[in-house]
Amino acid sequence: MIHRESGILKTTYEADMALYPLPIARWTVAAIAAFMFLVLPLSVHEYWLSIVNIVSIATVGALGLNILVGYTGQISIGHGAFMSVGAYTAANFAVRLGFPFWLSLPLGGLMAAAVGAVVGIPSLRIKGLYLAIATLAGQLIIEWTINHVTFISGGVQASIEVPRPELFGYKIASQRQMYFFLLIFVVLALVATLNLVRSRIGRAFIAIRDHDIAAEIIGINIFRYKLLAFAISSFYAGVTGVLYTYYLGIANYEQYQITTSIDYLAMIIIGGLGSVLGSVFGAIFVTLLPILIRFAMEAFGGLLFSEAAVRNIIPNLRLILFGMLIIFFLVVEPEGLNRLWRNIRSYFRVWPFAY
Amino acid sequence: MRKCLAILIGLAVAFGATLGAIQPAWATHDIVLGLQCDRTGATQTVGVHLCPGYHDYIALVNSKGGVEGHKIKAIEIDHEYKVPQGMEAYERHKKEGAVLISLYGTPHTQALTAKLTEDRIPGTSPGFGTAAAADGAKYPYVFPIAATYWSQMTAAVKFAKDQLGGSLKGKKVAYLFFDNPAGREPLPIIEDLAGIEGFTLQTFAVPPPGVEMGAQTLDISQRFRADFVITHLFGRSPSVSIKELKRVGYPLRKVVGLVWGASEADIEAAGGFGAAEGYNAIQFAGVGSDYPVLNEIREMYKKQGKEPPKEMASTVFYNRGVLIAAVHVEAVRNALKARPDGKITGVDVKAGFEKIKGFTLGGLVPPLEITATDHEGGGWVQIFQAKGGKFVKATEWFKAYPEVLAKHIKAAK
Repeated sequence: MIHRESGILKTTYEADMALYPLPIARWTVAAIAAFMFLVLPLSVHEYWLSIVNIVSIATVGALGLNILVGYTGQISIGHGAFMSVGAYTAANFAVRLGFPFWLSLPLGGLMAAAVGAVVGIPSLRIKGLYLAIATLAGQLIIEWTINHVTFISGGVQASIEVPRPELFGYKIASQRQMYFFLLIFVVLALVATLNLVRSRIGRAFIAIRDHDIAAEIIGINIFRYKLLAFAISSFYAGVTGVLYTYYLGIANYEQYQITTSIDYLAMIIIGGLGSVLGSVFGAIFVTLLPILIRFAMEAFGGLLFSEAAVRNIIPNLRLILFGMLIIFFLVVEPEGLNRLWRNIRSYFRVWPFAY
Repeated sequence: MRKCLAILIGLAVAFGATLGAIQPAWATHDIVLGLQCDRTGATQTVGVHLCPGYHDYIALVNSKGGVEGHKIKAIEIDHEYKVPQGMEAYERHKKEGAVLISLYGTPHTQALTAKLTEDRIPGTSPGFGTAAAADGAKYPYVFPIAATYWSQMTAAVKFAKDQLGGSLKGKKVAYLFFDNPAGREPLPIIEDLAGIEGFTLQTFAVPPPGVEMGAQTLDISQRFRADFVITHLFGRSPSVSIKELKRVGYPLRKVVGLVWGASEADIEAAGGFGAAEGYNAIQFAGVGSDYPVLNEIREMYKKQGKEPPKEMASTVFYNRGVLIAAVHVEAVRNALKARPDGKITGVDVKAGFEKIKGFTLGGLVPPLEITATDHEGGGWVQIFQAKGGKFVKATEWFKAYPEVLAKHIKAAK
């Protein structure tokens, strides 16, 4: 948030290591939490919550991908497939064994983590674009497997309907209930990521990203940490897949195809690689922007085109505008929305003495 | 820096203005229908023709004074064939007060089935979705309203039987299908029918994106030597199958495609009607432009001093859009008849659907009979053949093997 550090003295190591060292930052976080948990869900129509819900799910996935791509520097185009692994694992546990969501959700995540670690093995030998292609192979193999192994996919339709999640006999079905359900996981994912990246593991990831040979020389076990990065990132992806499954009530591999992987890469690149807040910004931007453009087109499109033309133009123009805005924001700030936000913040921090 | 701020503020203002500009539909007392479309995603060739057909029929109804005195408002949302976007579109429609949703896409239908039932809003899935949803007792708020993949498959086998002289015993039938859930859905039906009719079945999967099937077609014509070929393909692949089968010298009059490989666009992409002469296609709506309702739409445009839209030339998808809209309007009409005050809900429209009977729209719609237990309306199809530059009717409306279908629908979980 926008605040100044002057006058804040740290007298203990704990104070120095706190996630939010400034009181005003802590208050801001508390205010945002109160807004998200109380004000927003109780004041707006369910439709708006349904938009927040898809943003929430995307946030978890983007955080996971950012750990791998942004913090560890290992590119992956298999994120969508890892989501499908989580989705189908949870769906199978939920339907065949009747597991509640609080069991099937971590199981989905763990299965995705295991698969992700295997797909990540090539990262030990290859980097950059070559690794991208290796993970692409992972994406295609996982897709094919789910599509053809009926033991996993639950029949020729390759889709498994899951019951609504229940907590203490309370069914989570409406968008408002779903909102709270998803928000809890977003908070968990955010807190976990914030703490992960400043821990020993997170610093090892960053060292590998910045120079893997140097990292190895100072004693970081590359083998372990690269696979760990893949596993953690895939765990997030798996959880994202499970959340999608419970949100939509269905596990279906068609929504986890390569375009999904690309969408998530777009989120973290637009939001800002190697930043937690950037993942959130990216998820919001990529999910929300098409919807906002549609609203704008519906409101103003009639001024320019006939009604029948608007219907045909809206969806197409929406894609064009979306693409143009991505280019625009990347040209304005190649390091992403997070950097843009930091620039705004530092501008106001010294305001009015800008120079 | 200042520039960035100005841009951000500008965006915020634009957003605020947009929100303010959205009018809630209930303020106008219209009957709101939700229309999900795909004009930009994986199956956009369908959406760009089907959705205008839907809107044109609604406009025609409104130009005649609406339904029972109420105007109809169809709100279209493009979901790019993505499931989360489909969910968002559904919530938007619900917020606007839609009494029925025109779904689009198999995964979307499956994802929204539970929601529709919870919110008690009927949704239609003509020609896609789960075949088992024909059972209205199990899926009270999902209405296929047109032949499902299972019904299409039984019709295809019946057609093959008739074409091969009334018996399939000892014959060889090839099933060429897109290797995705929708492509595999009719497999249990054709496997069952192979046993009943005593033909040899061999299946040939086409992996996505389905533009390469030289090996499969060669296999069908040279090694397996099929007596008849049933294809079930989507997107670009139907045209590739026509081209490739022709290239290996297989007679196209012994090929029948299910409903998503059956449009003028597919024929044109395969090299035009001349190249595709003989190709058979299953249809759940009438094909061609000689229907009274289409004349009325053309007249409506003429009265407004406009040319009829060019989408009308793609009669297969356009007519399907008209069919979907017409069945929707009939359901709404039945609902309004039961509740003349106009305050109908999804429950009333569901009951309205279940009263549809003998509504044929001059032959464009099959003799549907939707009941509380049969949401498919019978599963009627027609087969059209590419002949002399256009699609020519090869059969009347028919359905086949109802006992096989009933068995599978019952067995579905």
